[in-house]
Amino acid sequence: MAIDITQFHETFFEESFEGLDIMESGLLNLDIGAADNDTVNAIFRAAHSIKGGSATFGFSEVAEFTHGMETLLDEMRDGSRDVTQESVDTLLQSVDCLREMLGASRDKTPIDLERAEALKKELEKILSSDNNSIKSPSENDESNNTASVSESSGCDGWEIKFKPYHDMLRTGNDPVRMFRELAELGDLSVEIDISQLPALEDLDPEESYLSWKLTLKADVEKEKVKEIFEWVEDECDIEFNELSAATDKADNTANVMANATTAPPQTTDNSKKTAAPKKTATSTDSASIRVSIDKVDALINMVGELVITQSMIGQLDCDLDEFDNNRMEKLRDGLTLLERNTRELQESVMRIRMLPISFAFNRFPRMVHDLCQKLNKKIELKTTGEQTELDKTVMEKIGDPLVHLVRNSIDHGIEMPEERIAADKPETGIIELNAFHKGGNIIIEIKDDGAGFNKERIKAKAVERGLISSDEQLSDEKIYDLLFQPGFSTAEQLSDISGRGVGMDVVRRNIRELGGNIDVSSEMGKGTTFTIRLPLTLAILDGQLVCVGSEIYITPLVSIVESLQIKKEFVNNIAGQTELYKVRDDYIPIVRMHNIFGIDAEQKNLEGGLLVIVEGDGKKAGLLVDDLLGQQQVVIKSLETNYKRVDGVSGATILGDGTVALILDVDGLIELSRNPPTSGNTSTNQVREVA
Amino acid sequence: MSAAQQIDSNTSVDVMTDTDQYLTFILAGEEYGVDILRVQEIKGWDNVTPIPNTPDYIKGVINLRGTIVPIVDLRHKFSLDAIPYGATTVVIVLKVSSEDGNRTMGIVVDAVSDVYNVAAEEMKPPPDFGTISIDYVKGLATVEDKMVIVLEIDKLLNSGVLDTSDSLLQ
Repeated sequence: MAIDITQFHETFFEESFEGLDIMESGLLNLDIGAADNDTVNAIFRAAHSIKGGSATFGFSEVAEFTHGMETLLDEMRDGSRDVTQESVDTLLQSVDCLREMLGASRDKTPIDLERAEALKKELEKILSSDNNSIKSPSENDESNNTASVSESSGCDGWEIKFKPYHDMLRTGNDPVRMFRELAELGDLSVEIDISQLPALEDLDPEESYLSWKLTLKADVEKEKVKEIFEWVEDECDIEFNELSAATDKADNTANVMANATTAPPQTTDNSKKTAAPKKTATSTDSASIRVSIDKVDALINMVGELVITQSMIGQLDCDLDEFDNNRMEKLRDGLTLLERNTRELQESVMRIRMLPISFAFNRFPRMVHDLCQKLNKKIELKTTGEQTELDKTVMEKIGDPLVHLVRNSIDHGIEMPEERIAADKPETGIIELNAFHKGGNIIIEIKDDGAGFNKERIKAKAVERGLISSDEQLSDEKIYDLLFQPGFSTAEQLSDISGRGVGMDVVRRNIRELGGNIDVSSEMGKGTTFTIRLPLTLAILDGQLVCVGSEIYITPLVSIVESLQIKKEFVNNIAGQTELYKVRDDYIPIVRMHNIFGIDAEQKNLEGGLLVIVEGDGKKAGLLVDDLLGQQQVVIKSLETNYKRVDGVSGATILGDGTVALILDVDGLIELSRNPPTSGNTSTNQVREVA
Repeated sequence: MSAAQQIDSNTSVDVMTDTDQYLTFILAGEEYGVDILRVQEIKGWDNVTPIPNTPDYIKGVINLRGTIVPIVDLRHKFSLDAIPYGATTVVIVLKVSSEDGNRTMGIVVDAVSDVYNVAAEEMKPPPDFGTISIDYVKGLATVEDKMVIVLEIDKLLNSGVLDTSDSLLQ
């Protein structure tokens, strides 16, 4: 039976990349000099799985490369090698290289062997260096090519008693293959015990009746030998006995000889070793998400309730002739229940798309580590709220902006250690990444205790770039807003990390595309905080239905501050153009919806009209509407799928009666009211069309 | 999407026989044709939700079984006099392809007419009108002594309708 092995490739790659992430975070958590055994073990296991997988699937370059890493890790694991900064860095680079190699294998593009070769050399150098070890030739890559602790080479080989359980063969394990692998380690003699073999008529060919006594004449670690059997550990009785030098060769009844490479002398203390890599679990392909089982269970419960509610309503339905108040009451109850069920069901379904934000945060320890080294800065990264859940789509898109902001903090925010000491600050700077829920939003904060923004410099720069005039008076908010203008960078010195002046505008644009927002607050000398606000999900929105003329629009509930009836005495008019409305101590510009959207409205007078105060992008505005209708959850549909982006509109939805209603983009509307569209009305449109 | 696949396979058959089928419709007395394989469906005129700040010929959007589909009034687009929508007024829902994928759009026409087979060699290129750009006309076909203006809907509905940067290009 031929199995198409390529169908497992996707799974292999996915798991390998996960393994690389584990390795990376593990390496970053390693304390130099005093490595924690569990961490090293975890890293080793990940490397080992990648090696095993890549060998199985025929990515020999990857396997070979990983082998070198594994050797080093193995030595760290058994304590025969100290964890040094140098080796950790090399391993980190190797992780990167491996990621590229795997990526190249997946995309079927040529692998950059040069880099791999260089790193391999480096690994070998480390392996052959200190710890009173003996350098061994590196030709025999497949065998363990280094010796770590050279005590006396007292091991002559291993006697292995191997007795598979009856059903071991069913799991696809083949003793012959394992023996062949053993033979590669050294001289192997195999003795078979056929005493359990039944008569031919009783024999089930899928069962295993045999047991073996294997004698391996090679000076190898027990771990090496054990490794070959690790897949069948749970499916056999196995016993390893060290052969003393005096032990003679066992009888060669069934002899499998192999003239493979002879392993260099090596001994280790194997007694404490555990860590047999677990069998990798099968997973799904890349366009899928992993959902924890309790989320699915919750969903099933919900559906169960829905079914109950449905049958409850169904019972009412039988005798329509006798439809009295009592039944009406029951029907109403049922509908209330149904509404609740639907909402809960919807929430559970949404929750399936949610991933903890640690997915996005995980890459930062590495980045901070690398950049600190490059810039000679000392920075500690603190993260909180990693378990905050975020929609998968949002997660994918927020990654890059976050990277940019963190880089900025590292590069421009945190000062050099000397400067920090001079400024009476602790030498090590702190960057905090916080994620939490607030209202209907997810807030992500990137906070540093660095130099903060120099407002004067921002202003000077903006003047220089011609963004503002030199005598313009700007509020703090306005000044920080300049940072997000295209082509604006305050870095005095360009570095390859940031400061090319592209970025902040892109950051803001990306966040806005997600329906979110970004704010900055900063204090000179104390630090800077970027606050990103993101919607919980992109697919559904709580909306307030408003009526303008004959049209119904949906205002996102999260952006509504309040709604009120206009009182004439609070309306102020500036220069006959801008109307302001006084709400308590605030003056809020009035946006006449029908003007902006070119609609015939009933309510052309402000008197008695309704004002929906909305907040977007840190600014408030009052939308003049004719009427407030209900509130409801709406499913967001894209206008861009079949049309294009429309200013002031973030999308569309379908109302209960099947008609389409547009969802207002509050930020866009405020923007629109300030700079009325050039093609705002019909006549200009036609001009444009003809042109 | 089985319909789309089916249509694709049909296309290849048609290329071999070199005859294309066109759905024709009436607009201000003239008969226009569109490649029938692009027609997704024909439906009666129903109310649309207007989109603010868009050109006049975009009547608005409709809900086509859960997707939002923009509707173009072809009379407006061709700068013809508007007439009140009547019993024969229909919306032809078309698949439009552009660089960034396929879109679904609807066009409002006076009435649908017929389906004709037109061989490629029967199609005549549109005459040169000089300054007037008519690159959305694929050709002119003569069917039963009538002239049918065959439209290139991709060009017709992408230009100006979808292109947000058209003002920059001109």
